[in-house]
Amino acid sequence: MYYFGLINEYLKNYIKSRLTYRADFWVEVISDLLFQATNFIFILVIFMHTDSLGGWNQNEVVFVYGFFMVPFGIFSCFVNMWGFSERYITKGEMDRVLTRPAHNLFQILLENIDPPSLFGSLIGLVIMAISGANLGLPFEWWTIPALIVLSLSAVAIYTGIYTTLTSLSFYSDAPTGILPLMYNIQTYGRYPVTIYNRAIQVLLTWVIPFAFVGVYPAALFLHRDEMKGMALLTPVVGAVFLTIGLLAWNYGVKRYKGAGS
Amino acid sequence: MGAYLDFIRIRFLTMLAYRVNYYSGILIYSLNIGVNYFTWMAIYGKGESLGGFSATQMTSYVAVSWMARAFYFNNLDREISTDIRDGSIAIQFIRPYNYVLVKMMQGLGEGIFRFMLFMIPGMAIAMLLFPVQLPTELSAWVGFLVMLFFSFLINSQINVITGLSAFFVENNEGMMRMKRVVVDLFSGLVVPISLFPDWLSSVLKFLPFQAITYLPGSVFTGRVQGVGIWNVLGVQVFWFLVLLIPIIWLNHAARQRLFVQGG
Repeated sequence: MYYFGLINEYLKNYIKSRLTYRADFWVEVISDLLFQATNFIFILVIFMHTDSLGGWNQNEVVFVYGFFMVPFGIFSCFVNMWGFSERYITKGEMDRVLTRPAHNLFQILLENIDPPSLFGSLIGLVIMAISGANLGLPFEWWTIPALIVLSLSAVAIYTGIYTTLTSLSFYSDAPTGILPLMYNIQTYGRYPVTIYNRAIQVLLTWVIPFAFVGVYPAALFLHRDEMKGMALLTPVVGAVFLTIGLLAWNYGVKRYKGAGS
Repeated sequence: MGAYLDFIRIRFLTMLAYRVNYYSGILIYSLNIGVNYFTWMAIYGKGESLGGFSATQMTSYVAVSWMARAFYFNNLDREISTDIRDGSIAIQFIRPYNYVLVKMMQGLGEGIFRFMLFMIPGMAIAMLLFPVQLPTELSAWVGFLVMLFFSFLINSQINVITGLSAFFVENNEGMMRMKRVVVDLFSGLVVPISLFPDWLSSVLKFLPFQAITYLPGSVFTGRVQGVGIWNVLGVQVFWFLVLLIPIIWLNHAARQRLFVQGG
């Protein structure tokens, strides 16, 4: 109950501070969508030059992309740790967070909430609907529940990975430039992973499991039976990586000593 | 002038202090190249040529484009907008140097670091992993290196413009993100420009972004040879000069508009 009250207060604060920079809100929505558009354009350009990518046609790849946008939007809204090391460690804001009663990670996530990202999820749903209709995908009784469960699992995977990486800044004084680089890689989980060589497949499946936020869960809706097992594994992978992330974070916070000033 | 050279040196040394961070960068850039490589190979299938690129040329193009990005990329936009937002730009403006020039020098110091400790070792690793074909002509090498320097200049100029825009829109976070996406896509890093639909690639010919990745990449892969190198270099020089105009104007206008929001 206490935590729900906090969410409410932080949201109010968010809206107040956002209204100061009104134009920027829309610029941000557009820039988010533009980022997605880059990848979308990539897919469209690819299919101008070929009919199938590793046995997947354009509508299927676009559908996977639409699915990918849904959890990514939710994740970007609630888990935005871009610039954490600079703001909280170097400038010492972590000390302020730690003196308060609510869990530190929870506070940090709320302070950086970013609702415009949710537009991406909406667009993702529209893309899924359109490409799904083109493919004539049946709408089953389990479609909606599966969509919710798989999206949340994917959000858990993202959160786990990025919490783990962000918590590295507790261990090293230097800002690690790894987060922006990771953002480049995460989009590759959308393509049929079978086109990659074995090493990259293993990497995208088990080490940084971005295949579980795109192609595997989407395969379930596409009735791609060869990936059905992997799709059903998504919640498990989500739970495992979220746990790793939280453990790394809590352990890191214990080690944290503050950085002067 | 000596003072400006010191800015290069100091930034280089600062970057050197954090060099360990770049080892992960090399790994991740190699992974980027790998994923792009396999995606393109799947597209090629049995096909011989796409948009004038053979499969080998495409591999070299992908590798060299990412590694060129490892060199020219910098965060001058963010640095400048931070200076503007926390008000420290006021101090920098009254110092006896040109603020924008100093930023460019710092960017160059970072670039030299990235060239030596990021791009070169990264390229070596990429060559071990993927069938990259190096140019054999001396002119291609010289042309490529000169063009790479202009890539850096043009990309930094675009960053400076984006950064200085914080004077006019106060919070330019969205603009900076948008710029990053636009540069990656329209410079030909994600997709070589000749593969875009005709209407789009003809629009892109009139924009500066192609000069950052696509033109040097074309020289490196041998799609542009001999006299052609002078032509594409000319395009880069043209954009370098054109982009000076908004920078000079912004720098001037910024001094009139400067109001410090806090601090």
